[in-house]
Amino acid sequence: MGAELIVIAGKLIVLATLLLTAVPVMVWVERRGAAFIQDRLGPNRVGPWGIIQPIADSVKLLFKEDLTPAGVNRWLYFLAPMISVFIAMLTFIVVPFGDGCGVTILGQPLGSLMVASELEVGVLYLLAISSLGVYGIVLAGWSSNNKYSLLGGLRASAQLISYELSMALAVLGVILATGSLRLDEVVAAQSGKLWNAVPQFLGFVVFVVAAFAETNRLPFDLAEAETELVAGYHVEYSSMKFAAFMMSEYMNMVTVSALLVTLFLGGSTLPGVHLEGWLGLVVSLAVFLGKVAFFMWLFVWVRWSLPRFRYDQLMRLGWKGLLPLATVNLVLVAVGVARGWTWI
Amino acid sequence: MVMTVFVVAAVLAIVSALVAVSHRDPVINVLSLVVTFFCVAVNFALLGANFLAAAQILVYAGALLVLFLFVIMLLGAPQAPESGLHRPVQKTAGLALAAIVIIGGVLLALTMKVLPPASPVTGDAREIGKAMLTTHAFSFELISVLLLAAMVGALMLVKRKH
Amino acid sequence: MAPTISHFVILAALLLGIGAAGVLLRRSGIAILLGIELMLNAGNLALVAFARQHGNLEGQVFVFFTMAVAAAEVAVGLALLVAIYRRQQSIDVDRLSVMRW
Repeated sequence: MGAELIVIAGKLIVLATLLLTAVPVMVWVERRGAAFIQDRLGPNRVGPWGIIQPIADSVKLLFKEDLTPAGVNRWLYFLAPMISVFIAMLTFIVVPFGDGCGVTILGQPLGSLMVASELEVGVLYLLAISSLGVYGIVLAGWSSNNKYSLLGGLRASAQLISYELSMALAVLGVILATGSLRLDEVVAAQSGKLWNAVPQFLGFVVFVVAAFAETNRLPFDLAEAETELVAGYHVEYSSMKFAAFMMSEYMNMVTVSALLVTLFLGGSTLPGVHLEGWLGLVVSLAVFLGKVAFFMWLFVWVRWSLPRFRYDQLMRLGWKGLLPLATVNLVLVAVGVARGWTWI
Repeated sequence: MVMTVFVVAAVLAIVSALVAVSHRDPVINVLSLVVTFFCVAVNFALLGANFLAAAQILVYAGALLVLFLFVIMLLGAPQAPESGLHRPVQKTAGLALAAIVIIGGVLLALTMKVLPPASPVTGDAREIGKAMLTTHAFSFELISVLLLAAMVGALMLVKRKH
Repeated sequence: MAPTISHFVILAALLLGIGAAGVLLRRSGIAILLGIELMLNAGNLALVAFARQHGNLEGQVFVFFTMAVAAAEVAVGLALLVAIYRRQQSIDVDRLSVMRW
């Protein structure tokens, strides 16, 4: 019992460190990446290549005055950023972020590096918890007593409900091919054959597009759309409450990238590589982080390359584009499973 | 341990359910109902239905109540000025009916024979899916027709006539 | 001591009663719909408890059907509310006393 608890606590600490480090790193990558794409210098004064810029940013945010505008619904106004961060951190515990490779700690085998390894409904848990993330945005928009915020919250709720459907349908294809709802088994099933992204290419594309919509990133950041809504649902937020929304956005990006890697790109495995012991553990962790890092960069890359969708275009894409594609993918996978094609 | 979790979840569920039906602000109503549904999901998990627990959160808290919030915000959060009519008879009758429901349920629970559960069923997704698509295939198809009808009906209701 | 089926059924009964009180006493359309949701959920809880007691899955399958019906009901109910609000500028069900639309 004691050893088991220590192992779980260790996994939690590693996970929390990864998630919380990812935020400042991504802020730096985003600002430097934007500058690089737009052919300018970007922040380069604080530390070498501006590497300490995120710390300066967060110190600045911490010391800003924490305003509470008149006419807000105080309770919900305080609750909204907390819900956002809490949900963002909660989703990650069913994602296997490495392979234990037979390493034992205090006689307790690590298995796959996943906190909630007992939960047999992993994927469903993840979809369920991440669907709660919309409450943070909607409540922020509503409680701020501001028309722009309200519009941002309204848009976010409709957008997230619409894209969740296509996302869940894309995930369903993977579950059908794997025959299990556990994410470590999804990874294990991909290690012996092609990664899911190849036979289920349609599902992969749907998932990537829906991931952008679910994290409220450009080209689908209609909920904050600076040019129309000032800053959308977080107009009225300042100081650390604003920082909480930024943090949850970046943590959601990490989670959704991790999910993408796990479901479609073989998680922490590389084809043809089988290592044992601590070396294998470190390599698997590095492989996982590398794959996630690629998608994080993709988020930045797309953000600074594509213009924002109009709201009706967004809805049309979601309902008339992604949903049928995801359904076609699901039918194809179902046919493949029924015919016993092993490569699917 | 299990009893503690149950008691906490049950008390929280009842308190938030009371807030959900009695508070004047519709947004507070919806939010406390989210808490209630969460506690019911915990109860599902205690009963061994993990799959249902996740589905409960996904469907009720993640989709249905968000839809409620969406409509409340769309209508500009009507602060429901409950019309000044006083209807003591109807109010008493309503409370009495609710009390009858509660008393009846509690009596039923207290008088029934408590046997140890037959055999622990795991709410495995595979088992549920199999049961749903073989034994209950007809009901399953009926449900899909119902959902389609509801979708078309909802669209017709909110369509503006030009 | 582990909770027995009676505990779950008592909880379900309480939730059902609270939901019923909401439906019967409130006059705001949204509150009434929420009360109905609460009652459906109480029914679900009882179904799962009995399914556990009898050791078969029928109860759990039925809960899924209930969820689907609840989704359909909410969609139609909220659409009705939106239509009523457009007409009356209010979702107070007491104002719905006209026989002709």
